[in-house]
Amino acid sequence: MAKAKIEVPQIKTKREMPSLQPGAMAHSKPYVAAPDHQKPLGFPGELVDNWEEKAVEKLRELLGKYRSLQVFLDSCVHCGACTDKCHYFLGTKDPLNMPVARQDLLRQVYRKHFTPAGKAFGGIVNAKPMSKEVLDDWYKYYHQCSQCRRCSVFCPYGIDTAEISMAAREIMDHIGMGQKYCNEIIAKVYKIGNNLGLPGPALKATLEDFEEDLLDETGIEVKLPLDVEGAEILLIAPSADFFAEPHIDSLFGYAKVFHQAGISWTLSTYASEAGNFGMFIGSYENMHKISNRIRKAAIDLGVKRIVFGECGHAWRVAYAFLNTLAGPWDFLDPKYPVPQSIIEFTHDLIRRGALNLDKTANDHMTLTYHDSCNVARATRMGDMPGGQLILPREVIKAVCNKFVDMDADTIGEKTFCCGGGGGILTDELLELRVKGALPRMEALDAVVKQEGVTHMAAICAICKSQFSKVLPYYGHDMEMIQGVHQLVSNAIQLGTKE
Amino acid sequence: MSVLTVAYALLFYAATAILVLGLASKISQYARTPSPLKIPTTPAPLTKTGAGMRVLREVVFFESLFKSNKWIWLLSALFHASLVLVLMRHLRYFTEPVPLWVLLVQPFGAYGGFAMVIGLLGLWYRRLGIQRIRFISAPSDHLMILLLVGIGSSGLMMRFLSRTDIIEVKAFCLGLLYFEWHPLPSDPSLLVHLGLVALLMIVFPFSKLLHVPGIFFSPTRTQPDDARERRHLAPWAAPLDNQRDA
Repeated sequence: MAKAKIEVPQIKTKREMPSLQPGAMAHSKPYVAAPDHQKPLGFPGELVDNWEEKAVEKLRELLGKYRSLQVFLDSCVHCGACTDKCHYFLGTKDPLNMPVARQDLLRQVYRKHFTPAGKAFGGIVNAKPMSKEVLDDWYKYYHQCSQCRRCSVFCPYGIDTAEISMAAREIMDHIGMGQKYCNEIIAKVYKIGNNLGLPGPALKATLEDFEEDLLDETGIEVKLPLDVEGAEILLIAPSADFFAEPHIDSLFGYAKVFHQAGISWTLSTYASEAGNFGMFIGSYENMHKISNRIRKAAIDLGVKRIVFGECGHAWRVAYAFLNTLAGPWDFLDPKYPVPQSIIEFTHDLIRRGALNLDKTANDHMTLTYHDSCNVARATRMGDMPGGQLILPREVIKAVCNKFVDMDADTIGEKTFCCGGGGGILTDELLELRVKGALPRMEALDAVVKQEGVTHMAAICAICKSQFSKVLPYYGHDMEMIQGVHQLVSNAIQLGTKE
Repeated sequence: MSVLTVAYALLFYAATAILVLGLASKISQYARTPSPLKIPTTPAPLTKTGAGMRVLREVVFFESLFKSNKWIWLLSALFHASLVLVLMRHLRYFTEPVPLWVLLVQPFGAYGGFAMVIGLLGLWYRRLGIQRIRFISAPSDHLMILLLVGIGSSGLMMRFLSRTDIIEVKAFCLGLLYFEWHPLPSDPSLLVHLGLVALLMIVFPFSKLLHVPGIFFSPTRTQPDDARERRHLAPWAAPLDNQRDA
């Protein structure tokens, strides 16, 4: 596909604070969901009558259900700490992409309808009633947030714009103003089992093809088992791992690791998706329903452990929410955390010397690592705080000789989102995605020039797809983005250990 | 008893009632509202004690703000620390005998008033001068700074320019506490000072000053990171489990 005409921001060696350009992204909005996308999720097909009142009612309900929302809407003092922290603001200069301004789009309605100050002195506290104009702003700017939580790191009260975005999307869904990309995908999960709508027989055929590819490549029968009852491990991979590049290469990496470790494993057709888009739309009910497909698959297949493939937002739902949504997991092996990340799994094998790895297999690359936002700021790996930042790097260093980190203000808990997370990885939002990638591209550019970095690894299906798409806009090869298990796959010496 | 004394006495009873009841109602609302999901901003402490320490560091040192912006941190730390000092100093108007530590704070408290106003003016300068912060400021944000500057400067005026009879002021304050009213001196700066303080108490539970109780209920800071170890389930969400197949 030809590159769309997008004015790509210039890379500067020193990050500049943009001067505001009000309305710079006022034209950016995703396609609205059709009735067919809305109804399977339990939402009205189109904008309902009295939607203003219904929106306020839904807000009232959410205020009673989510302490985060209630406290966050009350507590902001407009100090400005978050104003320069969002990648979409830095990339687009649109002031409504400053986290506090984005929050205020909902806060103005909260004030008008729920606070004495807003009811009595609306003008002084910037309170506004629900209106068409407000709804339009919500639809545009709550779909310019990737729920990456970077602002929440810097807020003195821990206000997380992701919580506000999720609430706004939940309200819009309930008045019939859903977003096509997310809701169509969730409907596919209910109908078929994964985000891509890849049916069971097609998945089976795909995996068989992959097994042949692996046999050709390695001369060894590495299996990609599907729906195997009694397997030790149920692997939940993002469905992009079944068809997209570079995702497939990480799937091969998982398979080789399981093969060498000699641990039986299986994928599931019923739960053939790690990503849970219910989180993006802030819908507890949908997130619950999607998560419990995994519970059912685990019970039906009689597995003992659950391991998640490389996927950032999936790992948030898996690590932080799965016990709540689909637990308790008392029928699984209590020796292991539920669920585990494939990074934790491989890291443990490496530590125990169970894998035979040849680092020189990756000598043609100098690697850096992109901390995926939701992994870094919403989850953990291992048994210590910050393990989610350490374990992936240790795995990379175990399979590569040349590794360099990017600027400390752009990694770890301060990492920048790739620009495509949180339910906006869709083509009609490409301009936003390209511009939102700017801060990451600047940090990458610096290590490319100064340290000779050639490739960047990540453990998120969205990051991989997003970077494949936007790297060329910044003058890089799309194959610069690598999966961590893709690197493991290169280095693992099959036939030497098992 | 002058009309003025009665008016100010009633004003302070009303302001105190609004402050206490208003805050109690917000705090109880925060405490009653469940957090259905585990959302600590990670890396986060793994235990409740650790999370408590994290909140304490936010309250005492403004840890996250320090990560964000050194200027905002410096100015707001200056303002808040000075405010604490000034409030401690003011305890001498409500205690008899005055505790030793309040007496010791006394000399610093007086200059704390200057630091407080300087901090506030610095924050206001940022609010007006920095384009991003000006964009997000509501009229109420400016008014809140003006209110606090008014309280601080009228207080400093009494301390350093037109001194008021603080023995009488103290008698008035203690009188309020023990319901034995004493006359209030009628110096203009005192009346302005007390009037603005009452106004602050009244707007507190209806304004962004709710960040004070809010920080103690912010799930991204108060929750320990133990999602895999402990099942966390909100009462409203529990019935959904009956709908699942397995």
